[in-house]
Amino acid sequence: MIAFFTENSSDILLKTWEHFYISIIALFLGVIFAIPLGIFLSKTKTIAKIVLAITSVFQTLPSLAILAIMIPFLGVGKVPAIVALFIYTLLPILNNTYIGLKSVNADLRKTGISMGMTPLQSIWMVELPLAIPVIMAGVRLSAVYVIAWATLASYIGAGGLGDFIFNGLNLYQTELIIGGAVLVTALALLTDFILSKVEIWTTPKGLKVEK
Amino acid sequence: MLSIQNLTKTYRGNKKAVDNLSIDIEQGEFIVFIGTSGSGKTTALRMINRMIEPTSGKIMMDGMDLSKMNPVQLRRQIGYVIQQIGLMPHMTIRENITLVPKLLKWDKQEKDKVAERLIGLVNLPTSYLDMYPAQLSGGQQQRIGVIRALAANQDIILMDEPFGALDPITRDTLQDLMKDLQVRLGKTVIFVTHDMDEAIKLADRICIMHEGKVVQFDTPDNILANPANDFVRDFIGSHRLIQNKPSVKIVDEVMIQPISITIEKSLDDALRLMVSKRVDTLFVTDADKRLIGYLNVDSFTGPQRTQQSINEVLQREVIYVKTGTKLQDSVRRILKRNLQNIPIVDNDHKLIGLITRANIVDTIYDTIWGDEEENKNALLVTREENVQ
Ligand SMILES: Nc1ncnc2c1ncn2[C@@H]1O[C@H](COP(=O)(O)OP(=O)(O)O)[C@@H](O)[C@H]1O
Ligand SMILES: [Mg+2]
Repeated sequence: MIAFFTENSSDILLKTWEHFYISIIALFLGVIFAIPLGIFLSKTKTIAKIVLAITSVFQTLPSLAILAIMIPFLGVGKVPAIVALFIYTLLPILNNTYIGLKSVNADLRKTGISMGMTPLQSIWMVELPLAIPVIMAGVRLSAVYVIAWATLASYIGAGGLGDFIFNGLNLYQTELIIGGAVLVTALALLTDFILSKVEIWTTPKGLKVEK
Repeated sequence: MLSIQNLTKTYRGNKKAVDNLSIDIEQGEFIVFIGTSGSGKTTALRMINRMIEPTSGKIMMDGMDLSKMNPVQLRRQIGYVIQQIGLMPHMTIRENITLVPKLLKWDKQEKDKVAERLIGLVNLPTSYLDMYPAQLSGGQQQRIGVIRALAANQDIILMDEPFGALDPITRDTLQDLMKDLQVRLGKTVIFVTHDMDEAIKLADRICIMHEGKVVQFDTPDNILANPANDFVRDFIGSHRLIQNKPSVKIVDEVMIQPISITIEKSLDDALRLMVSKRVDTLFVTDADKRLIGYLNVDSFTGPQRTQQSINEVLQREVIYVKTGTKLQDSVRRILKRNLQNIPIVDNDHKLIGLITRANIVDTIYDTIWGDEEENKNALLVTREENVQ
C-alpha cells in the first residue's frame, strides 16, 4: 500500500488533479444550468412536472451506458466525460432548487409582493436567500455523486483516478485498485467538507441566529 | 382621499366575497373594518393594494383610478401590515424597516436615518437595528412590522388583524402606539379586526361588514347609540350598548389634582412630599409640567436606596390617557393593566389630572344613587314609610 503511494507519487498528483477538475467543471456547469432552470420551474406547474420527470429518467440510466453513448457524438476524452457527468449533476440540484423555492413561506412571499417587489426582486431578495440551505444540500449531493462517477470516465479515456482502478483490474494489482478507491473517497469527503463550509457561509445569518 | 365605488369581488361558484361596497375615506382617518370571519374584510383590504383585482367597481385614490396605476408602484406607496408579521427572517431589523426605501433606491444614508428615527417612535433601542427578527419577541417584531409600513412615507396604511396574535397587554400597548402614531403623523389607516373593543378604541369610523356587504358605516359613538339593525346590535354586544347609555363622562369631569414633583429635586424631597400628602405614587414632570414618569414606594427600597436623584430611580414606563378620553375607556385600561391610578395629560403631554380607583368608585356610586341631596330625600321617605 505504502509502495503504491511512493512509487506513483507524481502520477497520483496528476490523476487526482484530473479527477478533481473533470468533476468540478461538471458540477460548476450543473450549478449554473440547474439553479436558474429550477427557479424557472418553481414558477410553472406542468412544465416542472415534465422536466423533473425527464431528468430523473436520465438519472436512472447506468452511468457506463451514458458514457458509452457519448462516444459516437463527442468521441473519447475529457469533453464527453464532462458532458456525461454534467447530466448526472442536474437532478439533485434541479430538484432541490425547485423544492427549496416552492417551500418558501407563502406569507413571506406575499409580503414581499405587497410591499412592491417585482417578481424578480421577490426571487432575488426573498425566495433565493431563504432557499439557499436546501439548494446547497443538492449541490453537495451532486458533488459527491460526480466525484464517484468520474472514476468511470477513465473508461472513455478521460483520465483521472479511475485509471489506477482500471489498470489494477487489468493487471490484477489489488493495491492499485484499493489505492485508487481510497483516493476517490478522500477526494469526495474533502469536497463535501469544503462545500459544507460554503453552505454555512452562503446561508443568511438571520437564519442561523438563536434568541 | 380614497373613494371605493361599487366594489365587488366574485369567486368561483358565484360566491361574492365583497358585494357592492361603496365608502369614502378622508385623509387622516382611522377606518376599522369589522365583521365575522369570512365577511370579506381581507378581500376588500387587498383590493386596495391590488393584491386582489376586483370583479367590478373601482377605487379612486386622490381622483386617480387605481386600476390604471402600475400595481408595483402603487404597493410601494401603501403600507401593509399583516397578522403573521411577515418580517424577513434573513434580513436585519434595519433591512426589514428599509425594505421599501430600498426598492425605491434611496441611498444608504437616507435609509439609516429613517430606520433610526422610526425605531425610536416605537420605543425600541437603535441597537436592535442590527439584530435579526428571531432575536425579538412577538410584540417587538410587530412594532417593527408597523414602522416598516411607514418607512417610505406611505400616506395609507393597510392593517389586517395586525395585533390578533399578541397577548392582551402587548396588544393594548401596540394599539395605543398605533393610534398615537396615526394621529401624530396624519396617516390614513384602514384596519381590519374582529374585536369590537379594538374597533371602538381605534376607529374614527367603523365599517361593519356582513357577507360582503356594509351593514353600517359610522363613528363608534353613533353605532353604539344607534345600531342600524339587530345584526349590529348583536355584534356590538349588549354590555357595550348599556355602557354607553348613561351620560358619557370624560376623564376631565372626574379627575383629581395629582401630586407631582419636578425632576431636578432630590429623592429626600420626593419622600417628604409623599409622606406629607400621604400618597403612594408621585408623578415626576419637567419644569414645564410635562409628564416624565413616576415614583412609588418601590423606588425607595431595594438596592436603589443609595441613589440620590429622582432621575436615577424613576419609572419611565407610565401609562396615561389624554384629556377628553371617555371615563369608561380609562376604567377599562385601569382594569386591564391592573393599575392603581392613571394620569391624564393634555395635548402637550402636560400632567393635568389623575383618575384613581377611589374616585372611579365615587363616580359609580354617584350614578347609581345620585348626589347627596337625593340621598337624604330617599332616606326621609324610608323613615316616613317606617313610621306609618
Ligand atoms: N381565493 C379565494 N377563492 C375562493 N374564495 C375565497 C378566496 N379568498 C376568499 N374567499 C372567500 O371569500 C370570503 C371572504 O373572505 P375574506 O375576505 O378572507 O374574509 P375575512 O377577512 O372577513 O375573514 C370567504 O367566504 C372566503 O371563503
Ligand atoms: Mg381576514
